[in-house]
Amino acid sequence: MAKGAGQRDVAVISVAVRQEEALTDENEVQLLVDLVNRARDAVGLSQTEIGFTCSGSSDFLAGQAFSFVQTLDAVGAFPPISESHVEMDGAFALYEAWVKLQIGDVDTALVYGYGKPSAGSVRDVLALQLDPYYLAPLWPDAHALAALQARLLLDSGTVTPEALAEVAVRSLHNAVDNPNAVRASADATPEELLAAEPVADPLRASDLAQVADGGCVVVLAAGERARALCERPAWIRGIDHRIDGHALGTRDLTRAPSAAMAAQEVGASSDRLDIAEIHGPTTSQELILQRELGIAGETAVNPSGGALAADTLMASGLIRIAEAAARVGAGTADRALAHATSGPCLQQNLVCVLEGD
Amino acid sequence: MTDPDIPPRALAEAVITPEALAGLEPVRSVRTPIRLVYDFVPSAAAQAYLRAYAEKRILGHRSPVDGAVFVPPRGVDPRHGTAIDETVDLADTGHVGNFCVTHLPIPGRDDLEVPYVSAWIHLDGADIGFLGLVAGCATEEVRIGMRVRAVWKPDEQLGPTAENILYWEPSGEPDVPVGRAGNRAWRGRTDG
Repeated sequence: MAKGAGQRDVAVISVAVRQEEALTDENEVQLLVDLVNRARDAVGLSQTEIGFTCSGSSDFLAGQAFSFVQTLDAVGAFPPISESHVEMDGAFALYEAWVKLQIGDVDTALVYGYGKPSAGSVRDVLALQLDPYYLAPLWPDAHALAALQARLLLDSGTVTPEALAEVAVRSLHNAVDNPNAVRASADATPEELLAAEPVADPLRASDLAQVADGGCVVVLAAGERARALCERPAWIRGIDHRIDGHALGTRDLTRAPSAAMAAQEVGASSDRLDIAEIHGPTTSQELILQRELGIAGETAVNPSGGALAADTLMASGLIRIAEAAARVGAGTADRALAHATSGPCLQQNLVCVLEGD
Repeated sequence: MTDPDIPPRALAEAVITPEALAGLEPVRSVRTPIRLVYDFVPSAAAQAYLRAYAEKRILGHRSPVDGAVFVPPRGVDPRHGTAIDETVDLADTGHVGNFCVTHLPIPGRDDLEVPYVSAWIHLDGADIGFLGLVAGCATEEVRIGMRVRAVWKPDEQLGPTAENILYWEPSGEPDVPVGRAGNRAWRGRTDG
C-alpha cells in the first residue's frame, strides 16, 4: 500500500531473534517457546491479549506435513486463537498481520518465522520451488542459480568481483556486533576473500549466505495501543510486496523490478534513510537490490551483517524487519528500510519503511 | 496404495494431438522423482521419553502453570505456550478414555490381527491421553472408563521405543465412570 494512503498507524513494538549454525538438541517448538515469550513479555502481553497470530515456515524445510500446526504449541492456542500461516518468509506473514490490523478489528498481532535448514539440504529444498515440469526435475541447486545470475551481472559490466568482495567484507565487519551472526570477522579484507576458490563460479563461499537455524518473533500494535505498550514504537510508514515472473528465462536476472516497484510504492526514497536491512542471500543479489531499492551512500546497509552473516530460510526477511525496528526503537535510527525476498533469484520482494516518532 | 506404474484412468483414453504432432508418440505422463533426506533430531524431551522406555518407565511433563501432566512430554504446555522442564514418572496403569474398533489391516503390520482396538489411554497421574492398542479381551468388552495396564515386551527385548508396550490389557479394577473418563487438563480450563 502506498505511503500515507489513509492507513492506520501500526508499529513494531517488540522483537526477539535467535540464530545458530545448527540447533542440535532443540526442535522448532523449543526454539520458539523462548522467543515468543521473550517478545510478548517485553511489552507485557499474554497470548489472550494478542488479536491475531501469523507465521511463516516451510514443510519442505521441516520434512514434515503441517509442521506449523505443531509449532503453535510454542504460542499457546487455547482458548482457540485467531491464526494464519504462510508458506513464505515470516516477513510476508507480517504483511498479512499488518493488513489484518488495517481492517481495524484487532489492535495487536504476533508474527513469527522460523526454519531449521540443518536438518536437510537447503540448496536442494530450494530447487523444489521451481516450476515442476521443466526446471525442478533438473535439480538446479540454489547456489548454481545464484551463480548464473551473478555471471550475468558481472558480464553486464556494472559490477566487479571486487565490488562483490566489498559487500562480503562489510557484512563480516558489521556482524561482529551481532550476537546472532554465525559468520563475522573484524579484520577480513577483499583481497583475502578474492583469493579463495569459487564455490559456484563466480561466487565464493563468502558471497553466499551463511546458512543458520533460527527464528524471529515480532509483536505489532496499532495506534494508541502501540504508544501505551512501548516507549518508542517503530511505525510502519509503508509496506508493499511485488512479484516478478516465475520462469527464470522470462526475466532479466540482473534486475529485480518487483523490488523497485515495492520501494516506490512505500516512498522509500522520499526522505533520508538512516539504515537499510536488505535480504540478499548472495553478495550479487544484495548489489542488485541496492540499486533497485535506490539506496544512497548516506544509508548504512545491513548494520546487522544481513543474511550473509546468518541466513535462516523462512525467517531471514522478518529478521531484517526486526533488526531495522530494533534500531528505530533504540533511537539509533529514525528512518529505516527493511526488505525481504522469496522465490528463485529475487522473484518476490517486500519492502517496509519504519520510522520513529 | 495406488500402483505408480498404472496410469490414472484419465490417461487411459486416447490423447488427441494437433496435426503438426501427428505420428509422434504422445506424452501420457511425466515422472519427476523427488527425494529429500533429513536428519531428524528429536527434542530433548522426546529423547528422554524414548530412553526411559528402555527401563520400562513412562515419562510425562508437569505444567508450571497449573500442574497439568502431559504425556508424551513435549517440553511445552501447548495451552499457554509455556516451557516445561519438570519431568514426572507415570504409572503404567490407567483407563480407556476413548476407543475405536478397526476392521481393516494396517499395511506393514502383519502381526496385527483384525479387528483391533486403538484407544486413547489415560495414565494414572496424567491429564491427557495417548494412543495405545487394547488387547487381552474381546473387542466388544472394550468400553470408555475400562481400567487397563501395560503389557511390556520381555526385558531382553526392551529398547528406547514406545513399541516396548505390546498392548494394554484390562486390569479387572472397577471402571472409571464415563463422566470422569478422558481429558482432565482441558476440562479444567473450559469449566473454569
